[in-house]
Amino acid sequence: MPDNQVRAVALSVSDMSFSIGGVQLIYPMSFQVTSGRRLVVLGPNGAGKSLLLRLCHGLLQPNAGQVHRNDLHPAGRRAHAMVFQTPVMLRRSVLDNVTHALAAIAVPPAQLHGRAVEALNRFGLMGLAERPARLLSGGEQQRLAIARAWALRPDLLFLDEPTAALDPSATRLIEAMLTDLHAEGVTLMMSTHDLGQARRLADDVLFLASGSLVEASEAQQFFNDPQTAQARAFIAGDLVW
Amino acid sequence: MMDDASPLMAALTLIMHFDPVFVNIVQLSLRVTLTAVCLAALIGLPLGALLAVSRFRGRLAVIVAINALMGLPPVVVGLTFFLLLSRSGPLGGFGLLFTPSAMIIAQASLVLPIVIALTRQTIEDLWASYREYLQSIGMGPKQAILTLLWDARFSLATALLAGFGRATAEVGAVLIVGGNIAGVTRMMTTAIALETSKGDLALALGLGIILVGITLVVNALAFGMSRIGVRHAG
Ligand SMILES: Nc1ncnc2c1ncn2[C@@H]1O[C@H](COP(=O)(O)OP(=O)(O)OP(=O)(O)O)[C@@H](O)[C@H]1O
Ligand SMILES: [Mg+2]
Repeated sequence: MPDNQVRAVALSVSDMSFSIGGVQLIYPMSFQVTSGRRLVVLGPNGAGKSLLLRLCHGLLQPNAGQVHRNDLHPAGRRAHAMVFQTPVMLRRSVLDNVTHALAAIAVPPAQLHGRAVEALNRFGLMGLAERPARLLSGGEQQRLAIARAWALRPDLLFLDEPTAALDPSATRLIEAMLTDLHAEGVTLMMSTHDLGQARRLADDVLFLASGSLVEASEAQQFFNDPQTAQARAFIAGDLVW
Repeated sequence: MMDDASPLMAALTLIMHFDPVFVNIVQLSLRVTLTAVCLAALIGLPLGALLAVSRFRGRLAVIVAINALMGLPPVVVGLTFFLLLSRSGPLGGFGLLFTPSAMIIAQASLVLPIVIALTRQTIEDLWASYREYLQSIGMGPKQAILTLLWDARFSLATALLAGFGRATAEVGAVLIVGGNIAGVTRMMTTAIALETSKGDLALALGLGIILVGITLVVNALAFGMSRIGVRHAG
């Protein structure tokens, strides 16, 4: 982070916790997401990464504490979007998947097609525009999910392990896209359990284990000088629970 | 009409010559059944979708009840509407008993549980995979239901065809509320049921052939529909 520069807060979480049926899944935690930065949520399987992203996006409501985000952009569009761990493809063509999302945020009908085509071109999917989205490969589906989210012009984009099921070349492609989005000023909050990916992409890191926020720091600090034994073990490749 | 020729030959003659009485029966049957299915679709598709996406106390009981209604014996439905529509019944004032309208109402009631139950099942499956995403892009329940109904349209068409199949094949309900009046409420199934015993084998057999043909067409349509659905939507 450029030091003496005050940057806006894109998302602010305070004392948020979450439980289902009396089982505590997310223990009280507080943190902020700074505008324009890439926050990577790290943690082993079952740490609570997906839950945390759903809570931040508003798909789940915390049992206690607050999540502050501006749901609506001044221009009326939704200010944040989410890409899921397993892409959710509508039973429609690739193009119609994008126009449907645009229509949902009340983009005027006359602009739907143009903006959808723009998004598909941007992510190299125009050649597949008329194909049923569900018949695309895993990598193509994930790319479409990102294109569809990008089309909504979010300020803040949540991504839940966007490359978990992809091969190395598809992973590189997605990472390059995320780097571009970052360059355009989109704030990213993504989860991964891939340490290499976190090193390549993260500005800031949240390290979760067993539903608790164990460490929150800038990426360099986290990887070079982890403060907790759990983080050290995770970085060393030893599983923590 | 049929001398000593075999009933089968006579039946084919009826079909081939578009015998007016014969054609009339087929037309009335199709009109009644198609109208009934459209009515059931109009009510059942939105209700089924609503049932799929909403959560309320007693929802499971409603689902079980509707599934049970799918197996309702047509004669019981017929009897119920006979009592409702007969002159002394609560709806007697409309004078609908022994009219095509009564048969439409009875058949729609038979088809409705099928449409609701199959719609609910189909939409619920799709909703399970769509729910988080649709919420994520900020869709309210009404928009979500429209999205689901549209994306499930091929499966839903199959549900309507299943309803059409049941309505075409049933005798009991239309016989009781329609009365099998020649030229007015005589349907294919009621004609077969009653004309056979009166010895008009040719008419019964001809109608039977048409019924089998319709069943084949309906099944072919349902099959084609699911194939188109996969090719179209994945
Ligand atoms: N609806 C639920 N009901 C009960 N437990 C749940 C529910 N959703 C998640 N959990 C539990 O909460 C914990 C965290 O789940 P979560 O999906 O957030 O993990 P994760 O960090 O994303 O893991 P992964 O890397 O495998 O995706 C898990 O132990 C999971 O079993
Ligand atoms: Mg997860």
